[in-house]
Amino acid sequence: MENLTVKVNGVEVSVPKGTTVLEAAHIAGIEIPTLCYMKEINEIGACRICVTEVNEGRGFRLVAACVYPCSNNMEILTSTPKVIESRKRTLELILSTHDRKCLSCVRSGNCELQKLAKDYGIEDASVYDGAKNEYEIDNSAAHMYRDNNKCILCRRCVAVCSKVQGIGVIGANERGFKTYIGSAFDMGLGETSCVSCGQCIAVCPVGAISEKDYTKPVLEAIANPDKTVLVQTAPAVRAALGECFGLPIGTNVEGKMVAALRRLGFDKVFDTDFSADLTIMEEANEFIDRVKNGGVLPMITSCSPGWVKYCEHYFPDMTENLSTCKSPQQMFGAMAKTYYAEKMGLDPKDIVMVSIMPCTAKKYEIGRDDQSAAGVPDVDYALTTRELGRMIERAGINFNALPDEKFDEPLGISTGAGVIFGATGGVMEAALRTAVYTLTGENVIDLPEVRGTEGIKEATYKVGDLDVKVAVASGLANAKELLEKVQNGEADYQFIEIMGCPGGCVNGGGQPQQPMNIRNFVDIRAERAKVLYDIDASMPIRQSHENPAIKEVYETYLGEPGSHKAHEILHTSYVKRKVNNV
Amino acid sequence: MNSAKSTVPFKGTPEQEAQLLKVIEEKKNSKGALMPILQKAQEIYGYLPIEVQAIISDKTGIPLEKIYGVVTFYAQFSLYPKGEYTISVCLGTACYVKGSGDIYDKLQEKLGIKGGECTPDGKFSLEACRCIGACGLAPVLTVNEDVYGRLTVDDVDRIIEKYA
Repeated sequence: MENLTVKVNGVEVSVPKGTTVLEAAHIAGIEIPTLCYMKEINEIGACRICVTEVNEGRGFRLVAACVYPCSNNMEILTSTPKVIESRKRTLELILSTHDRKCLSCVRSGNCELQKLAKDYGIEDASVYDGAKNEYEIDNSAAHMYRDNNKCILCRRCVAVCSKVQGIGVIGANERGFKTYIGSAFDMGLGETSCVSCGQCIAVCPVGAISEKDYTKPVLEAIANPDKTVLVQTAPAVRAALGECFGLPIGTNVEGKMVAALRRLGFDKVFDTDFSADLTIMEEANEFIDRVKNGGVLPMITSCSPGWVKYCEHYFPDMTENLSTCKSPQQMFGAMAKTYYAEKMGLDPKDIVMVSIMPCTAKKYEIGRDDQSAAGVPDVDYALTTRELGRMIERAGINFNALPDEKFDEPLGISTGAGVIFGATGGVMEAALRTAVYTLTGENVIDLPEVRGTEGIKEATYKVGDLDVKVAVASGLANAKELLEKVQNGEADYQFIEIMGCPGGCVNGGGQPQQPMNIRNFVDIRAERAKVLYDIDASMPIRQSHENPAIKEVYETYLGEPGSHKAHEILHTSYVKRKVNNV
Repeated sequence: MNSAKSTVPFKGTPEQEAQLLKVIEEKKNSKGALMPILQKAQEIYGYLPIEVQAIISDKTGIPLEKIYGVVTFYAQFSLYPKGEYTISVCLGTACYVKGSGDIYDKLQEKLGIKGGECTPDGKFSLEACRCIGACGLAPVLTVNEDVYGRLTVDDVDRIIEKYA
């Protein structure tokens, strides 16, 4: 590829043709601030925070560094008085209509606008104050709220919703000063076909959108002596929670997370990896049953509630393809309030089941129908990784100094197959490990074909005399592409794994927010996924059917996978919905 | 949240829908199809309520929000039908300094609708207009073809009663 030579603040660097000024500066070790820019997703050059002086032989002028391509011999100056003054003015104008309630804002300390105001030495944020629009807070969705009084119209949320997820239930309405981000006909988000994935929250630079916070009722339950408060943690949480405490992306904090949860006062600290193993037992059995008995194929995984809701709205004809297995979160709650309650002599009504999830759709999932095996909701509160981070911080726990502790037994016993659920392809790999063993008695562990962060992956495995064609998709725009191929008869897979968020749960909408200047240059999906694959590789047991706690559950309680009792407790049903609720 | 769905019952006919579907079929595969489809749809129905936008969304695969965003961006599109009587209040300079803003506010309050909307019974729609060339009579409003000038806020009730 042709290379260009540019000078960044006088330092010569060689960059490939097509490199933007922003990227060239990054190569030269200079970080240019951005607000609207998301690499390949939102390249609109709208916010003007990234303006930088460039000279292409006709004198220096300001350009938007995020979208302006380098030319040969271009001179780039990133922090001249003119640049600083322009960025500062833009910030002051953005701040003039921003609801500057930093003291009570969930993003205080982790807000990209606040950081820029500090970096650029804004002395008076009200200098351009004038007319302001006032917006009602939209609380209609189960998982999040939108406070447009804080919105800076960067459109990152709009871009992920339409381009990454292929949904587009939010967008810019009206024009000019009246422009705001909302849904069609000002419907509340809860009335639309939003799937609750929370990717919009993960990319919001400010506090305009955030998950609904349920830390308070959880702390109240812990303080109530009549309640037994159990907590389960999803695989992906341990791969990202450390980011809330300044640890590098891709740090495994499983032991410290367990220690922190114990210090917060949870009665038992359990692991969703246990019920991930249980999911594999049920799902592998269901798959084998569908293949042998002419059931609906391809079977598609049902672990991701964002994906499940997407399927119900956008592919209602394919809800029969969804595995009837509850998600691991729900299976865990169901087992806690039946099997564990019986074993411990507890009334399920006195158990408060809390889950820590990388996901906002889990908040929606706990309220779905057919998710209450013991007659009470399987899970009472689903908190995001971010909410757990907040709880730990508020409790004054010095997270980084905590010892590594182990999960409680028996619902904390798990395998390497359970932990990789948090990365795209992980459920497929875990299911195949058990399905292959069940059908042939062979032990197949590593399946590199379904690993990695590509949006769509395909593989064919020879299992006995069967050729099993599988596909894995993450991110709903990718899911759509894959399912359209299936519907058009262009593909004949037997088994598909779909995760709502790109890269799977490690990049879920409930994970710690990394600023876009990090996300634009670091693949957080791969860094976090590596944690899970490393844990898997280090586990003594890596197949779900070998989990001793799972064996005991089937021997003493459920009988066989797919038994009547297993169906009552661990399986669920789906609803056919429409795209436009008119 | 207050939805912007029109409170005027939708009275689209099967003939109108057939026309719209034909337009969508003709245009949907060409680049930038949304604007011409919306323009035709407004010609067919007179306005673009949720029922019409949903048909366009379902048939083209364009998210409803994207369509709504375009409709609310351009002044040429309306979410509300025209009433039997269209009340236009001049907010041009002369009328405005003579107090037409107050008259406009009073009409919004009295009719229970905002500018650009239509009363649920389909009787009145309200809009602001710019100079109609009768500055000598400021402030001025028109009801369909009838012109009313030298108004005060107190005249509003009388004018509406005439058409009620």
